[in-house]
Amino acid sequence: MQNNRKHLATVTVLVLVFTVVTYYILDAIYALPPQASAEAASIDNMFTAHFMLIAFLFALIVVFMLYSVVVFRRQPGDETDGPHIHGHTGLEIVWTAVPLLAVIVFSVWGAQMLFDITRDDDVEMTVNVIGRKWSWVFEYPDYPDLGPSQTLVLPVNTTIMMAMESPDVIHSFWVPEFRVKQDLVPGMTTYLRVTPTETGTFRLICAEICGTLHAEMVAEVRVLSQADFDGWIQEQSISLAALTAEERGQLWAAEYACSACHSITGADGVGPTWLGLFGTERNFTDGTSAIADEEYLRAMILNPNDRYVVGYAQGAMPANFGDQFATRQAQILANEGVEIDILEDLIAYIKSLD
Amino acid sequence: MFTFLSLGIVRGLIGQAIGAAVGYYLVASIRQAAGLPPYQEGALVLGAIFSVFGFLLAAGVFTDWIKWIGGGETPLHHGPPKGRPAWTRYFGVDYNHKVIGIQYSITGIIVLLVGGILALIFRIELVYPGMQFLDHDTYNTFFSAHGIIMIAAILLGVGGMINYLVPMMIGAADMAFPRLNAFSYWITVPSAVLIISGIFIGGWDTGWVAYPPHSTTTPMIGVQLFLLGFWLTGFSSIAGAINLLVTVMTMRAKGMSLFRMPIFVWAAIATSLIQFTATQTVGAALTMIVAERVLGLAFFDPTVSGDPLLYQHIFWFYSHPAVYVFVLPGLGIISELLPVFSRKPLFGYKWIALSSIAIALVGFLVWAHHMFTSGMADGLRYFFMFSTLLVAVPTGVKFFSWVATMWQGKISFETPMLFVLGAISVFLIGGLTGPILGTVPTDLHLHDSYWVVGHFHATMFGGFVFPFFAAVYYWYPKATGRMYNEALGRLHFWLMVPGFWVMSLGQMQIGLWGMRRRIADYDPALGIEFTQFLITAAALVIGWSVLIMIYNLWASARAPQTASANNPWRSRSPEWQVASPIPEMNYDQPFVVTGDPYEYGRDDIQYVNMAPAVGD
Repeated sequence: MQNNRKHLATVTVLVLVFTVVTYYILDAIYALPPQASAEAASIDNMFTAHFMLIAFLFALIVVFMLYSVVVFRRQPGDETDGPHIHGHTGLEIVWTAVPLLAVIVFSVWGAQMLFDITRDDDVEMTVNVIGRKWSWVFEYPDYPDLGPSQTLVLPVNTTIMMAMESPDVIHSFWVPEFRVKQDLVPGMTTYLRVTPTETGTFRLICAEICGTLHAEMVAEVRVLSQADFDGWIQEQSISLAALTAEERGQLWAAEYACSACHSITGADGVGPTWLGLFGTERNFTDGTSAIADEEYLRAMILNPNDRYVVGYAQGAMPANFGDQFATRQAQILANEGVEIDILEDLIAYIKSLD
Repeated sequence: MFTFLSLGIVRGLIGQAIGAAVGYYLVASIRQAAGLPPYQEGALVLGAIFSVFGFLLAAGVFTDWIKWIGGGETPLHHGPPKGRPAWTRYFGVDYNHKVIGIQYSITGIIVLLVGGILALIFRIELVYPGMQFLDHDTYNTFFSAHGIIMIAAILLGVGGMINYLVPMMIGAADMAFPRLNAFSYWITVPSAVLIISGIFIGGWDTGWVAYPPHSTTTPMIGVQLFLLGFWLTGFSSIAGAINLLVTVMTMRAKGMSLFRMPIFVWAAIATSLIQFTATQTVGAALTMIVAERVLGLAFFDPTVSGDPLLYQHIFWFYSHPAVYVFVLPGLGIISELLPVFSRKPLFGYKWIALSSIAIALVGFLVWAHHMFTSGMADGLRYFFMFSTLLVAVPTGVKFFSWVATMWQGKISFETPMLFVLGAISVFLIGGLTGPILGTVPTDLHLHDSYWVVGHFHATMFGGFVFPFFAAVYYWYPKATGRMYNEALGRLHFWLMVPGFWVMSLGQMQIGLWGMRRRIADYDPALGIEFTQFLITAAALVIGWSVLIMIYNLWASARAPQTASANNPWRSRSPEWQVASPIPEMNYDQPFVVTGDPYEYGRDDIQYVNMAPAVGD
């Protein structure tokens, strides 16, 4: 027994030393990205607490194990058994109760923090986020003149609520510097609160597997000072009616991610390039063919799965663009009072790509 | 007379091909006759379903049951098949639990290799940013296939350990339902064939979770073969679990009360309870996806009031408890082997036994932590944060008890013990990196990042792979009557443990920094190429070390049998009290349990009396 006390004293010291060492190693190799939101500031406190706990528990188990491995190894030729110890109810109760206490502390703390970083009573601005295969679009309902943007531009130190929708499959909004993440689910609106605290450029990435080009589903995020943000608003406010059909078509091609699959450079992608497409003969997998005129383009955009052009992925293109266009057109009519035909704008744009 | 064609596996595979062709052309020809356009996906699904029946019929799995329908007699045949070499019994339908256990284990290792090779291919792709030699769809197919193939491999390994060990440990001659046992194993073979052929027939890009609406709309039709194969694997789980529960409840040796069972049997019970009660929900979820794609039903399609989140709930209601199915048997192996190599009783036997049951029960209440960012009702996040963290308590009990078992023992370090120690260290990494995912605020950052990849690889390796290898080395003498090569065993260990640490710690590092899961390419601006390279290099080391094990087991099996394989570990467990390889019916006469299982240090207490007096 005397010996046991000596062993335990040594191990206790070693555990403490090892805890500190482990924490510093973790701190050195496990870095979080720069902190760029108010939410990140509280979350990072919890990260630190977790890493301290990890360091302690890791040290506790590993030191006991390594110590046993070194000190309690069997001597060559020793065929006898160790001491007959069955267990210790007191110890079992302690190492059930203490972790339970830690669980309760972390649960309560986590619940409080979650409540704080998701509250919506101090929101100052709303941004609508639309994620679709495989691009992001941002709308600013607080600035009705502003067209949809391909870049997420946010004013610094403003509490922003993202209202997020997806027309096709599940995507997920993640800017590592903001620390928070939220899925976009078809058929519902999901919300994510962010309060940027640092100006700069970040990267928005899709964190839920969404098909072929999931890895490339990224967008630029720019956090600007309030003055720069106001300037950007001025610059971006455009009138759709003032643009030509071809110019609008180019905007739609970006907004609906057409260009993710259809290049305008002549390079083949998931779908055929638009460069020089108009007027050529197209061969279908069922053996028929057609000339790519306006009627053909209308049919292929609205009902892409009726026929397939030879040599391209089948079923890759969403079949609901008709509905998406109708929703958007109604919205433009309500906001700007102009009637736009997105499909015809796109066709005009494709025609212009000779 | 032995011919190649007399092997059940060969006939089964031919039957599967014929079944697939019949199913496929049935749909194709009916549609053609009716003047409808061809429908490849529907034909593929019926072909896959027929192929499974083709396999099982041709391999002879149904033979006895079909005879029963006609009132025929089907006496159980014991021992190797008559007139054919003894080894052929491993390649056909055999009802002995040890044969089935070995069939499960070897199939498991083969499937593990397939999944591992897929991982190595896409890990090499990830060494540099940009796409090198895979395209996006191929990459997506490979990681999706890697996930489900590894899960199938783990379930096979779990089945192998349980089938081989439990009847021996409780003193039974076989499982309660030998034919059902063979069925549970053999259905996994056509299932593995379906999943692997899905890689070549269309591929799929849904991950192993197959979330709709992506899984219901993806043009990659290999998803059907994956879903059906996954479904069958689950079916095998349910049948195997029923068998195990009945076996343990009704066939234990005299005197073996529940708290005198070897601790592994407790783990097997906990695992089987989960398999028996939760697998049905994932079956339902997968069936709904198949039906939505092929029959045009709309459970999860939001455009017609379906709910995509519903799928996630029913999917994870099984698939979270499933991870305890994967790790509980492995943790049981750790608890089983530690006392033998420490020469001390298992510390807190009852606490460890009940902690397995506690993990299994709490495991049913934590599924929605996979959905913290999904957009489910906000209130649920608070509840599931608490229930998830609660899993740490019974898991902690296991760790502390293991450490206390070693404390003041007389520890020796043969290969199985090395793998047990490796398992504890790796499962510790997996366990400690879990709570940070359980608290919602930190999970909002880590969800779907590479941190998660590192975390669950550590739990799977620590909870299954390392203990499984420990078990393979430990019971290899019992199964073969030969010793494996100790030096090669140690080499395997010393390559695999550091390899795994580097791999999993590296995965967590880049995840924390912003690397996502399931992406074919990453941003060079992240500056993580060096860690990516380390992860890939470590994965290659792990791959090579496993090949060393396979060589070791293969080469050692060619040496002559030796008596030193009877009980090289000086274990008190009943299976080590008889000759190796253990006889066909396990024990010549029923043994009687007269003490607790791990009374090392007390020569006056016996666990089992192998030759009780008549009437004892």
